[in-house]
Amino acid sequence: MSPARTIRPVSVASFAQARNVRRDDEHNEVEMLMPVVAEVFGNISITKDDVDFICSGSTDYLIGGPFSFVMALDAVGVWPPRSESHVEMDGAWALYEAWTLLQEGEIDAALVYAFGRSSLGDLNEILALQLDPYYEAPLWPDPTSLAALQAQALIDAGKATEADFAAIASRSRKSALENPNAQVAIDIAPEVLLEDPYVVTPLRRHALPPITDAVAAVVLAAGDKAIEWAGRRGRKPVWITGMDHRMETHSLGARDLTVSPSTAKAAEMAGVGGGPVDVAEIHAPFASQEVIVAEALGLGGDTTINPSGGPLAANGVMSAGLIRIGEAAEAIATGRARRAVAHATSGPCLQQNLVCVLEGEA
Amino acid sequence: MTETAHEPVTTLATPIRLDFDFTPGVAQSRFLKGLAKATFMGQRCSVCGKVYVPSRGSCPTDGVPTTDDVELPNTGVVTTYCVVNVPFAGQSIEIPYICAQILLDGANISFMGLLQEIPTDQIRMGMRVEAVWVDEAELTPSLSSVRYFRPTGEPDAEYDTYKEYL
Amino acid sequence: MSERCAVIGVGQTHHKAKRDDISIAGLVREAAKAALEDAELTWADIDAVVIGKAPDMFEGNMMPEIYLAPALGAVGKPMIRVHTAGSVGGSTSIVAAHLIRSGAHKRVLTVAYEKQSDSDAMWALSVPQPFAAPLLAGAGGYFAPHIRAYMRRSGAPDHIGRMVAVKDRQNAMRNPYAHLHLADISMEMVEESMMLWDPLRYLEACPSSDGAAAMVLAAEDSISGRYPPAWVHGMAMRSEPTMFAGRDQVNPQAGRDCAADVYAQAGVTDPRKDFDVAEVYVPFSWYEPMWLENLGFCDLGDGWKLTESGATAFDGDIPWNTSGGVLSSNPIGASGMLRFLEVAMQVRGQAGEHQVDGARLALGQAYGGGSQFFSMWVVGSEKP
Ligand SMILES: [Zn+2]
Repeated sequence: MSPARTIRPVSVASFAQARNVRRDDEHNEVEMLMPVVAEVFGNISITKDDVDFICSGSTDYLIGGPFSFVMALDAVGVWPPRSESHVEMDGAWALYEAWTLLQEGEIDAALVYAFGRSSLGDLNEILALQLDPYYEAPLWPDPTSLAALQAQALIDAGKATEADFAAIASRSRKSALENPNAQVAIDIAPEVLLEDPYVVTPLRRHALPPITDAVAAVVLAAGDKAIEWAGRRGRKPVWITGMDHRMETHSLGARDLTVSPSTAKAAEMAGVGGGPVDVAEIHAPFASQEVIVAEALGLGGDTTINPSGGPLAANGVMSAGLIRIGEAAEAIATGRARRAVAHATSGPCLQQNLVCVLEGEA
Repeated sequence: MTETAHEPVTTLATPIRLDFDFTPGVAQSRFLKGLAKATFMGQRCSVCGKVYVPSRGSCPTDGVPTTDDVELPNTGVVTTYCVVNVPFAGQSIEIPYICAQILLDGANISFMGLLQEIPTDQIRMGMRVEAVWVDEAELTPSLSSVRYFRPTGEPDAEYDTYKEYL
Repeated sequence: MSERCAVIGVGQTHHKAKRDDISIAGLVREAAKAALEDAELTWADIDAVVIGKAPDMFEGNMMPEIYLAPALGAVGKPMIRVHTAGSVGGSTSIVAAHLIRSGAHKRVLTVAYEKQSDSDAMWALSVPQPFAAPLLAGAGGYFAPHIRAYMRRSGAPDHIGRMVAVKDRQNAMRNPYAHLHLADISMEMVEESMMLWDPLRYLEACPSSDGAAAMVLAAEDSISGRYPPAWVHGMAMRSEPTMFAGRDQVNPQAGRDCAADVYAQAGVTDPRKDFDVAEVYVPFSWYEPMWLENLGFCDLGDGWKLTESGATAFDGDIPWNTSGGVLSSNPIGASGMLRFLEVAMQVRGQAGEHQVDGARLALGQAYGGGSQFFSMWVVGSEKP
């Protein structure tokens, strides 16, 4: 296996998301998804009959009931029966599964969606259940404390300062002012943010992501459909030129938390270094983690990071990664970038990472 | 070293309690509010015309919002059923009991309900039933407003009238 | 563009009510190591890992691929976690096969498991929700009314369910990994067992098991192993909505469509004749005649006649569930993969006492949810 493997060009033909909010009290998951699915099809004037495969990403633990993905399918209306799959992962991995099927050349279009309502339970308790059930979960370590361990390691290694975290948070939320779907959008200078109290040292309040209810959907298309559907909006296709994802070990004690070898490996396999990166949409829920991912991706100073505001402006668990791919594709489709990288993460302290490279046509 | 020092640890109990809010959504809220008034509120799909009760807000086959409210009667037919004889944690009903699929008159989907006031060996597919509501003072926007269903005593429905709902 | 894909290694745990001798990581490793040994490979030879299981609440461990990554040798590799309800073991195998067919990887390890005894599965399935009256008492309460509907439609006599319950437990006596080994199983024993969800009796329902299954899948240029490969001739998934007006829950359209798709891929026109053996997800005895019809092994309404004739018995013309099936071992998340795995063993000729002589082409089927999710594959000893 080599990064040079010939891949079938697949385009992000359409992207839609609900406005990211702290809590949508009015709608259930199906009602949240329906307008987004309608929009992702409507953008390119297609219907569910035009896609050959459906894949979604979500997790039961966010709503506290088993099989939460089952009813969500009612937002699409899978009748007559459809070829359909689900990953208990961020929607970015659902997109990876769909992309894999499209590589085989037997189908040409797929719908991918993700939903996650982070507001219904206590995320700090819920995410603790991702940890080793024998040695770690019984201690209920919350994700903020684990991220703080990582942030402190970064500081101790001389790789970042608290001011860097504040600068990232400030930039993210300022960028979000341009994003009508963002949840937290505000222009506050880093110096002011540094007056925030610590939540868990060395992470101050601004370095933490908001709690977000979010849903998002993408249509992938290959071949003639990619060109025709982009043309319907007067656009050129945005192609996925490479995608890969990698896992690290679970034991935090066995990892150097200041680096992300899994991101670096995925970036290498996806071919990030094959050209300049105009925009990077990075799924780093904590400001400190952006430092690590940006380094692992090999980004230079001329890359615009998270013009959407990124996860510090809206962090729908299970959908924030898929939204990164959608935002990166939109940046290209609207002429703000020619080549972009999207990143998604899962697990404590960036344990698992996915990298997707997208390119427009000249 | 004592003998027990060599025995493996086979069990580690981690009590987990998580509390969640539940958001019923627009359509289910209408259904719940109906229950508080001792009525079954359904919704009709504008594409296929089918009536869903309770509606989750979308037509499962068309994937479009269901918006037309339909008030359904108190009566319906048992399409199929089973007799539950399994004790389980959280069970609030004395076993054995009848768990029936009930198709309300005018609805196009059945839902599961408890059937009482009939010996478990006398239940039949096609039996006509009606909802028994709690006292008016106890009505709440929840399924606990329906105490149970019971036979109406009317003649059974013909198999052909409900077979497409099996 | 599509690469050929084959099963080159299989492994499974001894399935039991309670595997308290082993952790969750140990359980999945037991199956995975067996699959690697069967493929004559080591952890380092694996390019990617695909894991599946049913709801995380069964063990209280959210998105367990995160914790299990090092135990499955996935560090530094891609790892995907699939969840499609009860069909997940089948879907997981299919996702893994797509990683080969797409050319992304040469050798993929796929694993599925459930450690039901770590939590109360009945509780996990019956979490109180404001919309569901707590009536179901587990999956049996959901499926029993549909079984009654099948009996009414087909006119099947009562004893058919008991026949399946006996046949599958007799098959399990041939399978050293099966959870239930009921040497003295008989029609009388089933009839005398407790009526749980009328019309379903205790011995007509699946057990609750701890267990795992694993397979190594490989591309055509990466074949190895102790036995010849089982080539994938077709695979498909289908879903339909859980509840809709006029839904046929006895003979779901999604199952029929899924079967038509895999048969077309594999060139199967008469499943009863073309297949030598089938391993089908039958968690409650009556689902054998129901799925015989749904999968087109006979005409509508005739499934029970096929069962009654002995055609699906071990020595029948189309043996079903030679492993003992879900009725004999049910580690939920792994149950679908065990179906896919058993048919791979059959066409590789490694099934030992439950080997069907000369099996060349076989169907594996899994379903889940309220019979709205289906996954199937056809494997054969010949290259497609
Ligand atoms: Zn409709």
